[in-house]
Amino acid sequence: MSTTLTPVLTANWDRPDSFTIDGYGPYEAAKKALGMDPDAVIQAVKDSGLRGRGGAGFPTGMKWGFIPQGDGKPHYLVVNADESEPGTCKDIPLMMANPHSLVEGVIITAFAIRANHAFIYVRGEVLHVIRRLHAAVREAYEKGYLGKDIFGTGYDLELVVHSGAGAYICGEETALLDSLEGFRGQPRLKPPFPAVAGLYASPTVVNNVESVASVPSIIANGADWFAGMGTEKSKGFGIFSLSGHVTRPGQYEAPLGITLRELLDMAGGIRAGHRIKFWTPGGSSTPIFTDEHLDVPLDFEAVGAKGSMLGTRALQIFDETTCVVRTVLRWTEFYAHESCGKCTPCREGTYWLKQVLKRLEKGQGTEDDLSTITDIADNILGRSFCALGDGATSPIHSSVKYFREEYLKHFEVGGCPFDAKKSTLWGDQ
Amino acid sequence: MTYSPEVRERLERDAKEIIGRYPKTRSALLPLLHLVQSEDGYVSDDGHEFCAEMLGLSKAEVVGVSTFYTMYKRKPAGEFHVGVCINALCAVMGGDEIWDELSEHVGVGHEETTGDGKISLERLECNAACDFAPVMMVNWEFFDNQTPESAKQLVDDLRDGKDVRPTRGPKKLCTFKEASRVLSGLPDELAGDGPSAAGPSLEGLKLAKANGWKAPEA
Repeated sequence: MSTTLTPVLTANWDRPDSFTIDGYGPYEAAKKALGMDPDAVIQAVKDSGLRGRGGAGFPTGMKWGFIPQGDGKPHYLVVNADESEPGTCKDIPLMMANPHSLVEGVIITAFAIRANHAFIYVRGEVLHVIRRLHAAVREAYEKGYLGKDIFGTGYDLELVVHSGAGAYICGEETALLDSLEGFRGQPRLKPPFPAVAGLYASPTVVNNVESVASVPSIIANGADWFAGMGTEKSKGFGIFSLSGHVTRPGQYEAPLGITLRELLDMAGGIRAGHRIKFWTPGGSSTPIFTDEHLDVPLDFEAVGAKGSMLGTRALQIFDETTCVVRTVLRWTEFYAHESCGKCTPCREGTYWLKQVLKRLEKGQGTEDDLSTITDIADNILGRSFCALGDGATSPIHSSVKYFREEYLKHFEVGGCPFDAKKSTLWGDQ
Repeated sequence: MTYSPEVRERLERDAKEIIGRYPKTRSALLPLLHLVQSEDGYVSDDGHEFCAEMLGLSKAEVVGVSTFYTMYKRKPAGEFHVGVCINALCAVMGGDEIWDELSEHVGVGHEETTGDGKISLERLECNAACDFAPVMMVNWEFFDNQTPESAKQLVDDLRDGKDVRPTRGPKKLCTFKEASRVLSGLPDELAGDGPSAAGPSLEGLKLAKANGWKAPEA
């Protein structure tokens, strides 16, 4: 086997006290960073090649570098902890088991962009994770790692844990900012980007949990250490989340560029007696792949070259018992439910996709319906403020491309040709 | 407004503490909506009015926000708010079957509450625990790897007042109102309960340790 796992963020998760400072360590990286020039911290993160772990893969250090300096305005750091993309389940266990990696990352990041106020916007539906975040922040205050004059450097930072209230759209960075300002979570038109006019119209960095939590390891071990892992343009490690019809689903922290074939080997393969049918590389908004893509390196470039996106490395695995039409319908119902309603193509398009897919799944459709759903998807894609609508089109286009015959089969037999019971966790018993 | 003076005073004290954390007061609106939900079990008319008064907003502005977010309930939720994930992966792994059987067993549907006020049900979208599918949540605590049988047993136990323990969470389940208080930013003392990580969360680390795999030395 060529690629092996590289636990960094997950390395202490098996300690019973991993969520406390005792189980984490004394914030040496933050201490080191606060002794550096803030620009040198930004440069180190640029040199490391770290790219956003929330899905889009934008270079993190470059994002920080966009914050105007000496502008006299307050700057803000907002951590996007609204993990809600279907299939994505890495930030939640990370914050449950290792919240201090995030808090330490917040201190370093806020210092680098010259912010004195930071927020963790965490989705509300994860109560125990929220408790752990509050406790970690309180511990950091008690140790003097947050608050006034941190490590005696004269640097001040306030950190607030802010719970959302159940809206997938708030994972979109500008909707998140509106929500954090106390409004309905609806995306803003960009530009201006948050780096120029973000929270309270001030320069703001919005970073994903895993991105920020990776920063302490870069400062502690050096940019070259991080850049030594991964592939040419997708550096470092990331948490790969395997779910669905695999023998041992779970979190596997590995260098970017590992393949699904390698990960499946580690996870004991597809559940016994079955074979892979389709999978998402990074959540439901990334076009599905099939068994022909098992050897695609899971980095930003290679996955993109094959017509999908690395996204959040949420590898949802479905075996041959699964009906692709049913699965796509459920994702589509999700997008219709979560569309904020601001932009007509997304609001109306996801609604009508849902109607037509319901008909198709019941075997009451026609071949024309396949053109209808791809037409609707074409009219959503690229025509709304944010990427939610774009994401909704990914399962449509990719499933019709790879599984057209299965759609046709539904109305040939006048219903779903699959037995849903066989796909369940207990389907083989 | 029908809050008694004592309740009103307590809520105001909490609200002021929360508002003080934000550079601009309106940012406290979502937390305050969780706070009033912790008093009433839903966002009541009084709750809307209280938030509006505390933040200097019109009630219409507050209602406009609260109705956007699914966690704010417009009628009383049960003492135990039970969610079943029916997003694609959980649905395929058995969530659909769990929902159908549970909903029939309890006798209420999506966003409905039993007559005794004990249980409300919700069809949930992805709750970020896909490696534990099929997933259920009670008062936003994790109940992992469920089956139709375990789901029905869970709800029966809740109705019988038995102690129920989340898979990854505190030793004892708190009520919907108590959970809402934590969400408002006023945490309880239960963070130390429960495992750091469990089951699938540890698969990669276990394998790495068994094989001696590590990130390279600095």
